[in-house]
Amino acid sequence: MSTIEEVVQKAVKKQGKDPTGMLEIIRDVQAELGHVPDKAKSLIAAGMGLSKADLDGIVSFYHFFSEKPVGKYAVYLNNSAVAVMKGREAVARAFEQEAGCKFGQTTPDGIIGLHDTSDIGMNDQEPAAIINGVVFTGLTPEKVKDIVSQMRSGKDVTEMVKEYGDGLNGSEIVRSMVKNNIRKKGAVIFAPFEQGSAVKKAVRMTPADVIEEVKKSNLRGRGGAGFPTGMKWEFTRNNSKGKKAFVVCNADEGEPGTFKDRVILTELPRMLFEGMSVAGYAIGADRGILYLRAEYEYLLKYLQSVLDAMRKGNLLGRNVAGKKEFNFDIEIKLGAGAYICGEETALLESAEGKRGEPRNRPPFPAQYGYQGGPTSVNNVETLCAAARVMILGGEEFAKMGTFQSHGTKLLSVSGDCQKPGIYEVEFGISLQSLLDEAGGSDAMAVQVGGPSGKCVPAGEFGKKISFEELPTGGSMIVIAPGRDLLTIVHNFMDFFVEESCGWCTPCRAGNVILRERLEKIMARKGTESDLAELAQWCAVVKTMSRCGLGQTSPNPIATTIENFRSVYESRLQKGVGFVSEFDKDKAVEEYCRIAGRTPYTEGR
Amino acid sequence: MSTSKSKTKAKAKHDVKAKAKSKSKSKSMKSSKIRFEIDGKECTAKPGQTIVEAARDNGVYIPVLCWYEGMEPAGICRMCMVKVGGRTMPGCTTPVAEGMIIESDVPELEDMRKAMVEMLFVEGNHLCPTCEKSGNCDLQALGYRYRMMVPRFPYQFPLRLVDATYTKIMIDNNRCVQCRRCIRGITTKDGRHVFAMTKRSGKSTIVADRELEAKISDALAKKAMDQCPVGAILKKETGFALPIGRRKYDKAPIGTEVHK
Ligand SMILES: Cc1cc2nc3c(=O)[nH]c(=O)nc-3n(C[C@H](O)[C@H](O)[C@H](O)COP(=O)(O)O)c2cc1C
Ligand code: SF4
Ligand code: FES
Repeated sequence: MSTIEEVVQKAVKKQGKDPTGMLEIIRDVQAELGHVPDKAKSLIAAGMGLSKADLDGIVSFYHFFSEKPVGKYAVYLNNSAVAVMKGREAVARAFEQEAGCKFGQTTPDGIIGLHDTSDIGMNDQEPAAIINGVVFTGLTPEKVKDIVSQMRSGKDVTEMVKEYGDGLNGSEIVRSMVKNNIRKKGAVIFAPFEQGSAVKKAVRMTPADVIEEVKKSNLRGRGGAGFPTGMKWEFTRNNSKGKKAFVVCNADEGEPGTFKDRVILTELPRMLFEGMSVAGYAIGADRGILYLRAEYEYLLKYLQSVLDAMRKGNLLGRNVAGKKEFNFDIEIKLGAGAYICGEETALLESAEGKRGEPRNRPPFPAQYGYQGGPTSVNNVETLCAAARVMILGGEEFAKMGTFQSHGTKLLSVSGDCQKPGIYEVEFGISLQSLLDEAGGSDAMAVQVGGPSGKCVPAGEFGKKISFEELPTGGSMIVIAPGRDLLTIVHNFMDFFVEESCGWCTPCRAGNVILRERLEKIMARKGTESDLAELAQWCAVVKTMSRCGLGQTSPNPIATTIENFRSVYESRLQKGVGFVSEFDKDKAVEEYCRIAGRTPYTEGR
Repeated sequence: MSTSKSKTKAKAKHDVKAKAKSKSKSKSMKSSKIRFEIDGKECTAKPGQTIVEAARDNGVYIPVLCWYEGMEPAGICRMCMVKVGGRTMPGCTTPVAEGMIIESDVPELEDMRKAMVEMLFVEGNHLCPTCEKSGNCDLQALGYRYRMMVPRFPYQFPLRLVDATYTKIMIDNNRCVQCRRCIRGITTKDGRHVFAMTKRSGKSTIVADRELEAKISDALAKKAMDQCPVGAILKKETGFALPIGRRKYDKAPIGTEVHK
């Protein structure tokens, strides 16, 4: 066993004191020691020229870093709404029973730790958990029994995986049980792709022409906001003269219900990396960064091996694809468990080794991005689509889709449907036809775009999936009749409360308040005025919040009040002005437990 | 990143930083005044000024809480939200642009600002009568400004730590409004933070670095206390030096120092 000093020294040395390597340092220390104790934080701070308080700040920001031991086997069980639909609670109880500790605790012998975690990008194969970086999908109480007994016998987690998933999930280097579930292939992402074809085409043009071609394609960002990609590249290029510019690929994929980037990363990393090279060539960058969410760490070695192969094939490195003076390489940076790090400026902060808190804008990343350099942040799917634009030409690409949405969109379909998985559809198909294909025709609602999107009622299933009618980053959660919508809404609010970075007042305090009022209504203690206020407060949080998280976090409540008002109405107390949410029994619970009494309630 | 206008805005922001460093540059720019309008009043600004700063110079008070003269603005409290061209944006971080038409003193915004004050009151435990900062407290003063009788939101009554184990100061987290003035304003000579934010979400908590805090000068400890808008950071052994009744906002309500 090495001492804390040795572990820290080694981790710091590995990063060469580079401040952007901070998350790596902490990750190494945590992997070695099982947690990041105070002493380690002091030593890292001293080594990196920060204060220990700064280290307290960074370590405590990220879900997968911990000041307390997380267990020799650290189980992170997804708690997203779809996981709950698919039987997560029974799996959680099985873990608790078999391990002998509750969630949020570690067994007294330190062997097993049970932790909740926000969506891990496996919605089509829930319930799922990550144990020491290895993903376990399709969990049942029986499987949990088996897993826990193997932990008790000291088995390595990788050996607990018995069956591998389809496609490259089963390859020698990935060896994961995760499934791709590709249900429908389209003309942009899943059409045949010949290695090198995109970047070779690009370097035969001038960078300005590459940008022109992307503009012609009308490609818009696939990460959610839909900003025109060609324009973003142009802004970045306009700022890049004499400066170090960067291409950053956003592979944080944190929106509950989306998992399409995971499938691209598994099956088409070469296409993605070529897309990054094309972007790099266009904007004048020589460095690309793939910011990969920690939940997908199981793909890290594999992705690195792909990068190595591409370097050998002259598709990365010096004079890429034979183009003189076009040097471009890509490094992978891992996140550490924070939804907010998908927001592009928070991502940049995190990639720089800090707390993942969004920046104030302006300046925008195109002006002042990674380490101050002009930076284009693009989603995984966007970059793949850009590679396809090179191959097809902008005009050809623009022929697909609708008036304002061109090309195809990858949809991650999950929830109450027979065929959950990935669907590549041309923009403009109706929600109903998607549901028909996925075996969810009789749905009551679809959560389009994940919790931050919109809860769409059956009456609107005729709407077209497109930026103009039904925009989505890809998450499509099918909700069958008979589901309690408010339980799902509540789960989404739990998510936002947990994942708010805490910077600004309306998001930090407001989401807690919204959830509490929702709970009051769910407990049948709400009145008409409670509901009216709830809707107003949603507007306050949306208007006053600083970044996209708080600007959309009230959506689960706001869009269900709009589209499913009766669900709320049916739980209101009618004809009453005010009902107190004060719960006397709950208030005296602790006292009663200590004093050994039962609370007295009149009339009961 | 939507318009070319936003680019000039960002450039302006860099100029703010540049200005702080080289005075000569700001002198040379003095000639080029920016014209803008706020609540119908015609105003001028120096290039690079934020909306809040420029408004102040023109005798218009935009409510602020996390903003502090001379500190890098942070956009935390959202009290300074104004409307420009129908869009709501923070006045403390947004640079003024030529021809900007800004709405600030409008009922819709004032109500949402009041909501921010109320959120802060229910999010923590603010018991003014027992607080050393009463009368000097920006949160309390804003509560009065907005005639807050009772917050519209239910009290959270959170369990928060009062940490008196530090050497020079104590931190009462019940009162903290998370403005980060302490983080931004108090650093050691070699540029290290004495204060830091820990955790995230509603659980986020200010801490001080024990080692560094023990070594700061009395003057810096006093500065930390004075810059804190509420009574969350107190310098030990110097309570109630100025009696309640003779304090800043006992004399004149918040905003009157700016608004002419
Ligand atoms: C809270 C929040 C989370 C986000 N998460 C992601 C994400 O996981 N992946 C992503 O590509 N974009 C995400 N975005 C959007 C990014 O900020 C950014 O717009 C996007 O990466 C730009 O790429 P695109 O133009 O290719 O879509 C998120 C935004 C917010 C506000
Ligand atoms: S809206 Fe939420 S996530 Fe965004 S800066 Fe504010 S607190 Fe952070
Ligand atoms: S003063 Fe602008 S956000 Fe606080």
